[in-house]
Amino acid sequence: MSSLLVLSRSLLARRTVPVVLSRSLLCSRFASTKHTPNFKPPTSEDLVELRERVREFTKREIPEEFAASVDRTNAFPGEMWAKMGSAGFLGITAEEEYGGLELGYQAHCIVMEEISRASGSIGLSYAAHSQLCVNQLTLNGTAEQKQRFLPGLISGEKVGALAMSEHSSGSDVVSMKSTCKKVDGGWLLNGTKMWITNGPEADVVVVYAKSEPTKGSKGITAMILEKGMKGFSCARKLDKLGMRGSNTGELIFEDVFVPFGNQIGETNRGVKVLMEGLDLERLVLSAGPLGIMQACLDVALPYVHQRKQFGIPIAHNQLIQAKLADMHIKLSAARAYTHAAARAVDEGTIDTKDCAGAILFASDRATECALDTIQCLGGNGYVNELPAGRLLRDAKLYEIGAGTTQVRQIVIGRAFNKEFADQVI
Amino acid sequence: MTVLRILVPVKRVIDYAVKPRVNASRTAVETTGVKMSMNPFDELSLEESVRLRERHTSKIVSDILAFSAGPTKAQDTLRTAMAMGADRALHVDTGTSESDLEPLAVAKLLREVVNGEDRNLVILGKQSIDDDSGQTGQMLAGLLGWSQATQASKVELLEGGRLRVTKEVDGGEEVVEAALPMVVTTDLRLNEPRYASLPNIMKAKKKPMEKKKLSDYNIEFKKRLETIQVVEPAPRKGGGKVENVDDLIVRLKELGAL
Repeated sequence: MSSLLVLSRSLLARRTVPVVLSRSLLCSRFASTKHTPNFKPPTSEDLVELRERVREFTKREIPEEFAASVDRTNAFPGEMWAKMGSAGFLGITAEEEYGGLELGYQAHCIVMEEISRASGSIGLSYAAHSQLCVNQLTLNGTAEQKQRFLPGLISGEKVGALAMSEHSSGSDVVSMKSTCKKVDGGWLLNGTKMWITNGPEADVVVVYAKSEPTKGSKGITAMILEKGMKGFSCARKLDKLGMRGSNTGELIFEDVFVPFGNQIGETNRGVKVLMEGLDLERLVLSAGPLGIMQACLDVALPYVHQRKQFGIPIAHNQLIQAKLADMHIKLSAARAYTHAAARAVDEGTIDTKDCAGAILFASDRATECALDTIQCLGGNGYVNELPAGRLLRDAKLYEIGAGTTQVRQIVIGRAFNKEFADQVI
Repeated sequence: MTVLRILVPVKRVIDYAVKPRVNASRTAVETTGVKMSMNPFDELSLEESVRLRERHTSKIVSDILAFSAGPTKAQDTLRTAMAMGADRALHVDTGTSESDLEPLAVAKLLREVVNGEDRNLVILGKQSIDDDSGQTGQMLAGLLGWSQATQASKVELLEGGRLRVTKEVDGGEEVVEAALPMVVTTDLRLNEPRYASLPNIMKAKKKPMEKKKLSDYNIEFKKRLETIQVVEPAPRKGGGKVENVDDLIVRLKELGAL
């Protein structure tokens, strides 16, 4: 949600591929720059072990009662950040010297899935922190910036966020109106940002603003905002349908002075940072709906085997069996897609189509699974004593945040248009 | 100043959260495809060893050795032990004969390890949650001729190489003191074990693990017990409901409970 946005028409068309390879590779680029220098792809055994470790953590620290109370109170569980920090979850892709693990994106997807399985909203805030903020700084920050910000973010002492979207710039994010003007020693930032996940809590926010408002996508600069900077405030916490407790806010910038030392990347080249982050953001976020689908099965399977009507467990009826089979297949197919895309990234190839495709597929399926879960639970599915309703409300977010389903379809379609540009007659 | 060289034996068992099932041939509990974890009492032993090290600023704990006799997969459990804070590990591969090791055989094996590795403190779980024998610690103390303190709920290191151990016994606590070397077995209220953090799991991969086989030890592993049959407990019968306290008292009297 820190980016309900997501593509700039002009930019996608101009995104260049450095070397022309075979047609199938046209839309892919080598991902070596998307990993830290010491990264080695993990083995499948490492990943199985990782999943077990994360489950051990979530079983202890995010039991169902806790997830339910986060939803009910709509309060950000700040104490969870230090806990996830000491467990080592907050810097999965970051360099070891700043407290990270350099495990790559398959690992990050697994942690994201398991946290989302325990609580969709903690999962969403986790991704906004560890992917949108920590990984963005890891890939684009200077050594000095990393030293200044990453240790606190990775230990969980600080909360991170990323701010792209604005009131009138959602899907069309490059039309943003926030501006930054060069002054002595830095930038003067003005404007607002909307739907910013972790916005109300964030200590460190990656922000994009127009440094050359007339130059469109070529006039955007990225910078790091810190809590306490004069003129930087969060106007309100938004009241959302789901993902409650993962706070979403509207940020206000009134003549905020941001020193040059906080600028990310080159002046007017912020859109490069923005767009390159989006593929990985979609990939890691696609594990969120996977976790929600798994949670659906975790709730539905025991219920339908324990609940008896007409003298038999309702799961022994074929109409319920069909739903169970569908839910299982949807989860398995979506998980396979996400992990195939993540593995390709870990092995060096980012395919824009598959990063968008993985989250498109998983998020639509998650909403379906949550609806089926409610149906399987009948009257008990419709009351808030069981988590089925929360799963549905949480799942719906993923069809909207990080680009709507429709924007993701456009992204995939345009990638094909680009591959076949020379065949248009 | 006494320096502690601690041995922590750990066992790979069916995870405490799994509902065990009897296998088809009714000879044992089914373990294939079942989630396995470190015996929870062994987590307590390991945590206490690490806390002894952390509580005393001087290097009073020189070495924590985690030990396991079990199938090759027990090495995963030892990696967890090292991620929690053990310095190194020793694995004795039992092939597939894991369930064949009885408490006396394990105690004899541990005696060899204690002597070979020059240990002066063994902290082990009071029982493993699979067999629930609750014998190994006591047998080991007997074989070694060492002092023992079982069911520890508190362990304090005193001056002059002595340990004071608070034990949970029926009706209260019993406090014992003894000089090292010593065997301590752990009970549930001793501490709350930490979980292994991801960075520590990564570091544990680089810690040394020595691998041996049962045949490396000159011990007779003959079984003394024969399992005739394993059966599930009879399903619990549903209870009756009473309307009020008076009815409850009447019912209890009928059943001879009052």
